Amino acid sequence: MKPAAFDYLRAETLDEALEAMSEFGDDAKVIAGGQSLMPMLNIRLVKPAILVDISRVVVLDYTKTNHKRFEIGGIVTQGHLAKSGALQGIVPLLAKALPHIGHFQTRNRGTVCGSLCHSDPSSEIPLCLATLGGTVVLKSKRRERTVDAQDFQIDMLTTDCRPDEIAVAASFPTSDDNTGYAFSELARRHGDFAIVALAAVATGDTIRLGVGGVAATPTVREWSGLSPADLEDALNEFAWDLGGSDDIHATARYRREIVRRMGAKVIQEASDARAQ
Amino acid sequence: MPVLSKDKRHAVQFTLNGEAVDGFVEPRLLLADFLRHHLGATGTHVGCEHGICGACTVRIDGKAQRACLTLAVQVDGRSVDTVEGMAAPDGALSPLQQAFHENFALQCGFCTPGILMSMEEFLETNPDPSDAEVREALSGNICRCTGYAEIVAAVLQTAKQLREAPTQGSE
Ligand code: FES
Ligand code: FES
Repeated sequence: MKPAAFDYLRAETLDEALEAMSEFGDDAKVIAGGQSLMPMLNIRLVKPAILVDISRVVVLDYTKTNHKRFEIGGIVTQGHLAKSGALQGIVPLLAKALPHIGHFQTRNRGTVCGSLCHSDPSSEIPLCLATLGGTVVLKSKRRERTVDAQDFQIDMLTTDCRPDEIAVAASFPTSDDNTGYAFSELARRHGDFAIVALAAVATGDTIRLGVGGVAATPTVREWSGLSPADLEDALNEFAWDLGGSDDIHATARYRREIVRRMGAKVIQEASDARAQ
Repeated sequence: MPVLSKDKRHAVQFTLNGEAVDGFVEPRLLLADFLRHHLGATGTHVGCEHGICGACTVRIDGKAQRACLTLAVQVDGRSVDTVEGMAAPDGALSPLQQAFHENFALQCGFCTPGILMSMEEFLETNPDPSDAEVREALSGNICRCTGYAEIVAAVLQTAKQLREAPTQGSE
């Protein structure tokens, strides 16, 4: 359980990192916090020829609020955000989700953008980004582009990030007036991978529910003006449409039941928060 | 910075428990292995090598982190603290260590260094934790012996003690 050999570049500037990615492309892996990548290196699931370390590229260590968007730089850690009390008022859904991500020791190092790039189906940050309709900013030597969450997460552990690109920022819509947010997940142990993770947003009579851990990518559905009975049907339909499968942690049937029950719960919680 | 080639060894230097240390390492060498095999600092234990068990937890620039998910080259210029730095030079245990001793919070001791490193940071950020908060903070460390109750008791006792006599225990 030791990584295969690789060359290593500790980039001091973003240009240096982008230059390396344009040169090495597919042979390179970007490392920021490494909380997803290092285990895969240790198990030798990935064997890059070169590791490009961006953890000291200080220009990526920022957050800013701009035009109803909260932008998080490429190397900002989950722990840093979790400790900033202000997040609750800016992106409440993310603030609620952060404590569920791994453990405080891994949050001390794990980054928001890294979690998006790793794109685990049960991971909390991609779920929040998808549910809120956020974006990821990808930069290469040649250009910069902004991709919607839905288009960014292509499949399990697969994103739209091209071999020469680095995710330099993620951008989350800030909280709206009269909108309620709720987050919940089911895991065997606090901090374990979620068996099912759920995020809900309630505005007026519109409800949006995002589900992670069942389909290959976080999946979001929105309903308007549903009666409680309609909601039950809608949740059941959604649970089936997610098409989960049996694995060592839970059966597909169990996951559907969780989506129905916990889905109703988080929607209720988001609706109550909206009313206040 | 130039690319460090995979088949050469490269200089790293950092501060370990307040003292300057250095060595020559391949890029792929894990910090946990550098501490144990190169520096002989075997207090940091290695269990799972993929971030799950917490046995290898050390503090890097004050923050508890997995030494098995960190490369030695990545701590160049940083400050690392391990269990070896906890006791006073004369061997007197730190308040947290003393409380572990008194509460029988270790049996085989394999998990202990990682738990001490984790709980040290936890108590600095949360000096007055509830039982539930301690349990949640402990979720990132696996102990197969104690059943955790004694560890929770030791952490709560230390918190209380440090609140009552803060100067005594601060490192
Ligand atoms: S050895 Fe590092 S977490 Fe288990
Ligand atoms: S004391 Fe043996 S694993 Fe914790």
